[in-house]
Amino acid sequence: MVTGVRQVPDARGRSYAHPQVQAAWQALDCGFAAVADVFEECMNAALASFSKPQLDAYLEAARVIGKLGRGPEPLLAFLEEWPTVAAAASGDQEPLLPQVMGTIRVMQKSPNSKAITPFLQTLAAVARRLQSAEQIEVYLDIALNLMARTTGSIHGHHTTFPSPGLPHFLEQAPRLLSLLSTAGLRNWTDYGIRNYANHPERQIDYFSLQSADSHAVLQRERHGTLFADVERKLDLYLRALWRDAEQLVPYSTAFDELRKPIPYFDKLGMRVPDVFDDVQGPRGAIGGLERYRAVLAHMAGHRRWSSSIIADNYSPFQRMAVEFFEDCRIETLLIREYPGLRRIFLALHPLPGEAECDPETTSCLRHRLAMLSYALLDPQHPYTNPQLLEFTARFHETLGEGTSSTREMADLALSYVARTRRQSDQFAKVHFDNTVIDYRDDNRHLWQYIEDSDDEEFFDDPVKQNKKPAEVLSLPPRRYPEWDYQSQTYRPDWASVYEALHPSGNAADIDRLLEKHAALARHLKRLLDLLKPQDKVRIRYQEEGSDLDLDIAISSLIDYKCGVAPDPRINMSHRTDGRSIDVLLLLDLSESLNGQVGGQVGQKVGAGGTAGQTILELSQEAVSLLAWAIDCLGDAYAIAGFRSNTRHEVRYQHIKGFSERWDDTVKARLAAMEAGWSTRMGAALRHAGHYLAARPAEKKILLLLPDGEPADIDVTEPGHLRSDARKAVEELAAKGVTTFCLSLDPNADEYVRDIFGKRWRVLDRIERLPETLPSLYMELTR
Amino acid sequence: MSNKEQYLVRTEPFYQAQGREVILYEAAYAARLPVMLKGPTGCGKSRFVEYMAWKLGKPLITVACNEDMTASDLVGRYLLDANGTRWLDGPLTTAARMGAICYLDEIVEARQDTTVVIHPLTDHRRTLPLDKKGELIEAHPDFQLVISYTPGYQSLMKDLKQSTKQRFTAFDFDYPEAALETQIVAQESGLDAATAATLIKIAQTARNLKGHGLDEGISTRLVVYAATLIKRGVPPQDACRMAMVRPITDDADIRATLDHAVDASFA
Repeated sequence: MVTGVRQVPDARGRSYAHPQVQAAWQALDCGFAAVADVFEECMNAALASFSKPQLDAYLEAARVIGKLGRGPEPLLAFLEEWPTVAAAASGDQEPLLPQVMGTIRVMQKSPNSKAITPFLQTLAAVARRLQSAEQIEVYLDIALNLMARTTGSIHGHHTTFPSPGLPHFLEQAPRLLSLLSTAGLRNWTDYGIRNYANHPERQIDYFSLQSADSHAVLQRERHGTLFADVERKLDLYLRALWRDAEQLVPYSTAFDELRKPIPYFDKLGMRVPDVFDDVQGPRGAIGGLERYRAVLAHMAGHRRWSSSIIADNYSPFQRMAVEFFEDCRIETLLIREYPGLRRIFLALHPLPGEAECDPETTSCLRHRLAMLSYALLDPQHPYTNPQLLEFTARFHETLGEGTSSTREMADLALSYVARTRRQSDQFAKVHFDNTVIDYRDDNRHLWQYIEDSDDEEFFDDPVKQNKKPAEVLSLPPRRYPEWDYQSQTYRPDWASVYEALHPSGNAADIDRLLEKHAALARHLKRLLDLLKPQDKVRIRYQEEGSDLDLDIAISSLIDYKCGVAPDPRINMSHRTDGRSIDVLLLLDLSESLNGQVGGQVGQKVGAGGTAGQTILELSQEAVSLLAWAIDCLGDAYAIAGFRSNTRHEVRYQHIKGFSERWDDTVKARLAAMEAGWSTRMGAALRHAGHYLAARPAEKKILLLLPDGEPADIDVTEPGHLRSDARKAVEELAAKGVTTFCLSLDPNADEYVRDIFGKRWRVLDRIERLPETLPSLYMELTR
Repeated sequence: MSNKEQYLVRTEPFYQAQGREVILYEAAYAARLPVMLKGPTGCGKSRFVEYMAWKLGKPLITVACNEDMTASDLVGRYLLDANGTRWLDGPLTTAARMGAICYLDEIVEARQDTTVVIHPLTDHRRTLPLDKKGELIEAHPDFQLVISYTPGYQSLMKDLKQSTKQRFTAFDFDYPEAALETQIVAQESGLDAATAATLIKIAQTARNLKGHGLDEGISTRLVVYAATLIKRGVPPQDACRMAMVRPITDDADIRATLDHAVDASFA
């Protein structure tokens, strides 16, 4: 025995009874015992569905896969799954097999050969979802693209590291495709590749659906009608048609594989699924929105007409029957209110065939009730069962023209159960097919339990129950999306903004600064007085107006008498001239602010500024002066600073709020201004914008004072934060907020135009900031 | 006086009383008390005034108020002509001289300083000073001032001053209850009662949305429009969309909801 080589029993000599299988086994030329064990079964399936050339291609492909040196798993997966794949993509499996083999070959030649097994294992499930060869090709293309873009290399020549995400992606593929269209899948993978290409652990988290943003992007790309898109419509629907203002709470349907949650309502709101696909039923197509409406109408009906009854004395079967009868009562009343609902309900209601369930072997109560339920809603039902007909008649008789009651329905249901009971109802095998009515809620509101259930025990930890939530010491972070220009989508909840009060310093420092600029202040004061709102303004030279403007009227009359054409604009009117301006001054407090004002030491420059000052000090002076000026004008204003340390920590520091006065508290905060970290502009703009957008003024201005390009230490792409900032400015414009940028970076021309369009100015001589800023503000708001 | 003739209401307008407003109005007119009609748009305020003018046999001068309207638009102004200036009476002055019912529709639309000119006419003085002309008009004994007003309409800025409000007796109008409104719609349009009832139900779904994206629900006036269209052979769904849903909102979500209500109501 050679050291280090494990002895594997060769199964090549295995013999099979069927000559065709035996021949195929020879052709396969494979020594794996595990394959030999299942080969006969696989061949039987293949022989049943494949023609001779197809079978040959199948065996040849299997032979190649067996010789890859990847052990028996890929071969097993292929042999077992391929007939299903071929059946799913029926008709055109010829072009598909070479495609799949091509994909396998590419994987084998790259460091990703470990991914072949999961690829083959999930291929059948994927094929069942996609149902066509073209779609499967798109899927292969997405997988190869993912592989090519995430396979790492050390020196850039040869790919040497396998893609960390690919095997996980392939494992998740069937689940992903049950939620996404192929286009959605492509977007979802693109997002993962773009953001986690250089981060193997995160990439794995993303592609194995472990991370939060993986879920978020998945949710965004789902097919069907998303709750988030129609929430307002549903709110309005509930309010308008049913006079119900209950809160709607979506629950996720994406991640529960075993138990599908169904709608319900309780004290905290009405729970509805987060997405509904359109239904193409034999009795009409129903869109996702209509399905939501059916769910809400049904629940609203319960809230209006149902009362709860005591559950303890009923058996589970009886309860189920009561629920069916009660649901039908509610729907009949709903249809009476809005006849158009019948079409929607009937299209969504299953129509089980009378002979679908065999009462000899299966518990048929559900099936009977589903048929009855359909019959109660549709007078043109196809059923002939005498008991069903009798109870349909009794139901309508009980209901009459009134609304009946849950109690009466319970009595009817009990007598129905008693009359139709069969021995087989107790069987464990329950007939579920075609009996699930998915727009109905789970009826938990219908039952009142006096005793806790016998079959469960409750172990509630008393310590846990009494635990109070910890006291909140700081504001929770607000999360903002960030614009990704490459994919033209938002990265959901990307940047976390923490808002806090700016620490305080010595207010007297600011007063001293203001004193230093006393001359400038006097000059400004004169300008400010001119700007102050004068309430009534006369508009002269009006053809139509509130009053005759005597001077002009007389001159017109003179013209008229002289035979000259008179000026007809002889009236005047008034308008009230009020200033309604809110402004938010947003300061960039990043590290670069600590730089010195460039130039020669000791040289006297500007209005009181000296070289050797830091930009920070200069900004402090300018902001103080501006704050003083705006205060004189009487406009409402706020001041805030921002800095960032990666997307997880964007600090937004509150210096002055709109309703705070320009007093020592504010001045103290301004005095303590200090610089550090980076400039994540977009998140700060969005956060500042959300305050401004809530202000009542007619004109809202966000005045931004950056000293450099948007940058952060976790971003390597140069254009990313810039395009995000531009997007943020566009968002603000849409909310009615004007953003203006006064850049302290003399070399800012190239990027401020990108971000702010026309609303920017670059300060060439930063020493002049204290006088420029207030006069700029006045120009802006004149 | 031919001038007076043109303001008379000649044929009886259809008005369905909701309560005792006709008797109460007659009492107010007998004492010449100014009257304020409050209520949402299209609920029958103007129709009521017209009806009362007809019933009392008095001329009616209606002024639709708007934002640009000034005091001179009500009182009158000097105009220029070949001989110099000439005074032209405004509608309020005309009514005060003639002894008509002057109806200022949607008074809040006018600016607040404008509305102050009506004050001397509405208390015991019953006079209208024309300061520009230097004339003091004593109101005709038959003169009465009626204003209409939609509360909570548009913005908080547009509300009446207390000093104006407290010069009027007031009627609160609202959309009639369903049965009565059905009857009104059926009478106005000649539509059968069952369809009219369905229309009223749709109107009520919209009224439930007032304050939630809609400033005002579907008014009786719009329901009558829809009923008229249906009577002329337009399919009910189309008529409802055209006359009841499209006019009141530009909001796509609300439109979709109301469209659904229309579809659900006509099976």
